[in-house]
Amino acid sequence: MPASRLWVVDVYGRVFSLSTAGQQWEQCRDAQMEFKRVTAAQQCCWGIACDNNVYLNVHASDLPIRYQEETYENQRWNPIGGFSDHLLPSDRWQWSDITGLKHQPLDSFELPSSSWEWEGDWYVDENFEGEPTEKEGWTYAIDFPAFYTKNKKMTSCVRRRRWLRYRRYKDMDTWAKIPSPQMETPDPFSDISCGGWEISEEPRGRLSLWAVSLLGKVWFRVGIYHHNPEGSMWEEVSVPGEVLQISCGPGDLVWAVLWEGQLIVRQGITRDCSKGTSWVEVESPSPDVGATHVAVGINTVWALTKDNKVWFRRGVDSHNPCGLGWISMVGEMITINVGLNDQVFAIGCEDRAVYFRQGVTTSELSGKTWKAISVPRDGDRSHSSASTNSLQSAGCFFSGEVRAQSVVSDVELDTEKVSTDGASCLVTSTSPESVVDAPTDNPDQPIETPKPRIPKVTSDSFISELISDREPAKTLREGGSAGPAVPEEEETLPSEGEVKALSALDAADTSSLSSVATYTLAMEDPYGTDEHPLWAWVSGGGCSVDSHSHLNWFNSVNTSSLVGSVQSMSLSVTSAQTAAWRQQIFEQLTERTKREMDNFKHYEQAIEQSVWVKKGTMQWWRDWKPYKWIDVHFALEQFSGPEGNKDGILFIYYNFYEEKKYLHAFVNELTILVPVLNESKHTFAIYTPERTKQRFPIRLAAATELEMHDWVCMDTSQHSQRKSFYYHRLALLSVSCWDIFVSEPSPALEAMPYPTPCDQMFWRQVGGHLRMVECNTVGIVWGIGYDHTAWVYTGGYGGGFFQGLASSTDNIYTQTDVKSVYIYENQRWNPLEGFTNRGLPTDRYMWSDASGLHECTKTNMKPPSTQWTWVSDWAIDYSVSGGTDKEGWQYAADFPVSYHGRKGKTDFVRRKRWKCKLTTTGPWQEIPPIALSDVTILPCTAQSNVDEVPLWAISNKGDVLCRLGVTALTPAGSSWLHVGTDQPFKSISIGAASQVWAIARDGSAFYRGSVSPQSPAGDCWYHIPSPSKQKLRQVSVGRTSVLTVDENGNLWYRQGVTPSYPQGSSWEHISNNVRKVSVGPLDQVWIIADKVQGSHSLSCGTVCHRLGVQPVEPKGILWDYGIGGGWDHITVRGNSMEPPRVRLPSLTDASAPAPRSPIPFRNMEVNSSAGDS
Amino acid sequence: MADDKDVLRDVWFGRIPTSFTLNQDEVTEREAEPYYLLLPRVSYLTLVTDKVKKHFLKVMRAEDVEEMWFEYEGTPLKWHYPIGVLFDLHASNTVLPWSITVHFKNFPDSDLLHCPSSSVVEAHFMSSIKEADALKHKSQVVNDMQKKDHKQLWMGLQNDKFDQFWAMNRKLMEYPTEEGGFRYIPFRIYQTMSDRPFIQRLFRPVSPEGNVHTLGDLMKEMDPAALPNDGEPKRYQVVIHGIEPLLETPLQWLSEHLSHPDNFLHICVIPTPTD
Repeated sequence: MPASRLWVVDVYGRVFSLSTAGQQWEQCRDAQMEFKRVTAAQQCCWGIACDNNVYLNVHASDLPIRYQEETYENQRWNPIGGFSDHLLPSDRWQWSDITGLKHQPLDSFELPSSSWEWEGDWYVDENFEGEPTEKEGWTYAIDFPAFYTKNKKMTSCVRRRRWLRYRRYKDMDTWAKIPSPQMETPDPFSDISCGGWEISEEPRGRLSLWAVSLLGKVWFRVGIYHHNPEGSMWEEVSVPGEVLQISCGPGDLVWAVLWEGQLIVRQGITRDCSKGTSWVEVESPSPDVGATHVAVGINTVWALTKDNKVWFRRGVDSHNPCGLGWISMVGEMITINVGLNDQVFAIGCEDRAVYFRQGVTTSELSGKTWKAISVPRDGDRSHSSASTNSLQSAGCFFSGEVRAQSVVSDVELDTEKVSTDGASCLVTSTSPESVVDAPTDNPDQPIETPKPRIPKVTSDSFISELISDREPAKTLREGGSAGPAVPEEEETLPSEGEVKALSALDAADTSSLSSVATYTLAMEDPYGTDEHPLWAWVSGGGCSVDSHSHLNWFNSVNTSSLVGSVQSMSLSVTSAQTAAWRQQIFEQLTERTKREMDNFKHYEQAIEQSVWVKKGTMQWWRDWKPYKWIDVHFALEQFSGPEGNKDGILFIYYNFYEEKKYLHAFVNELTILVPVLNESKHTFAIYTPERTKQRFPIRLAAATELEMHDWVCMDTSQHSQRKSFYYHRLALLSVSCWDIFVSEPSPALEAMPYPTPCDQMFWRQVGGHLRMVECNTVGIVWGIGYDHTAWVYTGGYGGGFFQGLASSTDNIYTQTDVKSVYIYENQRWNPLEGFTNRGLPTDRYMWSDASGLHECTKTNMKPPSTQWTWVSDWAIDYSVSGGTDKEGWQYAADFPVSYHGRKGKTDFVRRKRWKCKLTTTGPWQEIPPIALSDVTILPCTAQSNVDEVPLWAISNKGDVLCRLGVTALTPAGSSWLHVGTDQPFKSISIGAASQVWAIARDGSAFYRGSVSPQSPAGDCWYHIPSPSKQKLRQVSVGRTSVLTVDENGNLWYRQGVTPSYPQGSSWEHISNNVRKVSVGPLDQVWIIADKVQGSHSLSCGTVCHRLGVQPVEPKGILWDYGIGGGWDHITVRGNSMEPPRVRLPSLTDASAPAPRSPIPFRNMEVNSSAGDS
Repeated sequence: MADDKDVLRDVWFGRIPTSFTLNQDEVTEREAEPYYLLLPRVSYLTLVTDKVKKHFLKVMRAEDVEEMWFEYEGTPLKWHYPIGVLFDLHASNTVLPWSITVHFKNFPDSDLLHCPSSSVVEAHFMSSIKEADALKHKSQVVNDMQKKDHKQLWMGLQNDKFDQFWAMNRKLMEYPTEEGGFRYIPFRIYQTMSDRPFIQRLFRPVSPEGNVHTLGDLMKEMDPAALPNDGEPKRYQVVIHGIEPLLETPLQWLSEHLSHPDNFLHICVIPTPTD
């Protein structure tokens, strides 16, 4: 989890923040002044200071905020002086923008504010559409506006060149004043709220910022984008009355409270109109008492009324932003705020503590209970008592132990109990009702707790009233849980000795729901009343938590004698502690096995091992034409030895023209068993070497998903020699349908001239879900998910797919990834009604998949497997190739035709997009916060564990990054170093000698000069022309070889690369139909091949190995085909196992052992008749 | 859910080398050789001793044979306790192989249950599983299973099929995440020096305050004498499957991983060996 932050302001205007990973409030030290309000997003925090100015605090990131300014210098040729800046009167400006319409000389560019600085001076761009230009960067044309080329011709009368300059936002992590011309905002702001980052697909940084002025006017900040975090100007938004407060959610919800107590809801907020169009009024939750405060999230609205009551709005979503009705919630709050994931934070009315709403989930947005956040401030005296420290380090489970430090919310403990017993959960420590609700179900409650400790008088009459009519024990607990009571206790603060005695007394009381903790607290907070944190404002917009987050915010001092054991008891204790007892058990079991069995292996087993036969029915993708699914019986016969090592045979019985036949496969020969995603069936493919050769695996469909997973697990555990199953060297990795597989290499794999044929490689699943993985020989493995999150491999195995049985416990983490599912809404035009969903009888379904062949409605779409859950509602997807109109429609003449974004003809189709999110577990740990699109690791050999390993990556915005601090021991590294580029990049690779190659988004190649251990980021980029007329897509660099793949699937080899001239001289074509290439540290070449003939869609993405690669023949000779079946990515960069030296026979023999024809098409006999029965 | 396969396999494949010797009082036609076997710790004596019976019957006359029973150093061995429990309770810290005496007459009716066939073991085993699930899930999981699922559990045990057994047993080890564990932990605490056969009471995996209960908490509540006092040498060992887990091991985890196939956590409290 990235360490996101919860922001608060205390009653003195000091700004604090609390990290989701942290345990103390950290004061924002650089705030020179007091703040009234703050509103946070994940990347920044806005605030209104006491000088009534708006300030922005952009959080520092390894990726700088840079903006590229550009201007064009235009020249015309004249016979006298050649090209000069003397232009014709009708020409464009000598310095202009790309269109020529706007005059922009170099000195007209100014920094937008004092928060920006120039990175350097202006320079000429010498790259033209992926091709390097002459030194001066001129491009030539016959006349302005015309087609430019980089070559000067006889007809070239005009030329232009592009000048570039970068500016960088420098005021990171400080409060920078937003310049506010008097004209824009006549009266000072009193409230501010940001949100709206989810209404469009813009990169993070786009925000909607709303503000309210003292006179009740509403303002909207225009133009806040990633490259312009400050926005450009304030625009007034007319409102039906005077607004008191406003709240903007991450999506399209914006609510405001009027002075009169009603609420208004902004309508018409869309992707194109983040400001919305109009307001709709909603009545106050309570007819007599007006609303004072509102807080909105994505699908949730909370409000407070003047009497501090809390209200939840029922039925709110983006289709119905107004919701249906108010529900009264428990608690008395003065401020409320909705953060990410609709999580709710509030500040208690009485105690001014920050409360977190526990149990808020998408299905239960109103949550369960309020829980006070209780952590010290960084300025507070450190709580050095041993118990405190140990307890905090124990990392209590979120829903478990709750001990408020300043506010002992013992009622929460009851709450826990109540909820486990299934009774009412709506119990809070702040609300008086809750006390009444909370059952005193523990008869041996601390009735004997010393009575003199009861705070007799409190500042709050309500509390004293409460105390007076409760039984003593209860009163005490209540006194403890209500904040204002604490100052009273300060007066009767017992001496140190007394407290100890008291603690001891309490320690004896093991039944302890006791609240004597309060007194210890009093002792531990030496600052007295005014130092007690009293909060005034909270903002959770930058705080990434959900109901499952593990937070350490609620720990505090626990005086009971159980403290010692509490820390080691919690199931969610840190892995080190887990390891302690688990390790001990495992070691003892191993020792026991040794003791009791090692000397007695010759003894007979009491239970004879017999054959276990599993029988059942499945569906089988028939081996002969016409291919279809047929019902088959299967039998899996397994024989296992005493140690559980197994062998088995899988039989599949089928009918062939009324004749009973079967095919079989030996379990030990199965090389890989892959789940194949299929909308309607739970299918998987079984490969054997023979089947791989035929490129026709056994495809089976199980009746249920669970059954399919059982099969996949079955196979995985067959091959795994237990305990040697840890992949210390993930050598060959492939990614298919998001699952990650590994094959452990043998020296023979790259042997010359007889390598192990690919089809005999065994593959195993690693667990997790990634789009790509990269590794190196010391075992550093990084992966990138479909949502561009970066992950590092932790060394474990297993996770979700193992169904909890076959995996290790250590190093398995929750992993999430996001995948988009698309369905299409189709309409046909008719003369009467225009476009309707009434199609012709021959038409496709009105709701369909992309092909139109399958009906897909919003309601009948299911997540691909139970590991997936939907995370968003259906939304229109505008980023469809071909473009769309404003409503997302794409038009075409008839259905299966290419679509375009503007209506011209008669028919149209529109697509809607649904995102779905996968939550699984795997041995991967997230590397926040920068999203990546590519990564590469130096494929080093023989290095010590502490040497830094160069790792380069490309962010999903195209920035080139260099990771610092990556070693075999710390594979995650420490921080990113940004490497400047003139354009966004998309692929990068580093070779064994630190040669870094990269591909820019325009398809041109770059070589990074002078990269060395001393200068890990190198010094400059050398532009390498791409193969003629080809745009490159991907690059991979091995020991010396440099290979690239272009957009058309061609594989290119860089000729002439020498140590003194690492850029090489030219590109040489190797092959086509290549999807991905990976060059290993031995210069071995492996690819994912496209369109290999074989069994339908399965063969798309086949693993292939280049044979005959050797120093004299670095391009190799021919391809050896491995497993097919939708593979997306391969990396061989972890395999540096030198092949055994064999005397080379003549080259003609070399091709004999693997008689395979070169890519792409191979004539092969797909078994068109019966299977291999 | 039980998710530590390494531990589960070690528990399942635990074996005790045993030598079976015919009781000297038995009438034999010729001298009976001892019989050596590796007994699965998680199984039951009468389930895995068919070979023993066959071996000794070869030297005996049919009319001298009554129901077979076992004895170790004078203690009749209760077949309805798992073998590992019998060994830990009576014979741990002794020299291996475990030397069991085989009897064919004078069945001690007061000490042992009769076990005429393996179906009795099956009934006992299944009733234990059902009892355990009543504690863990109010019997909901075991009642949702079909007859063949029950059979799979039993066959898994009978034929020593780890995967077959656990493919089904994992359902019995699930629990709602928000509850943090089973309703109650099915456990039995055996003491050598006690008259009671074992201690079995209701005990939750998580305290009302939300704290996770550990093995130490359980022992403190059920058998405080088994825990060492401060400063004193340890008098008792708390043994599960022949090992002594740390007292801070979470009970829920133990229940998921160190329970016997009958789904009970069998805990033996035995005196610390003096040597």
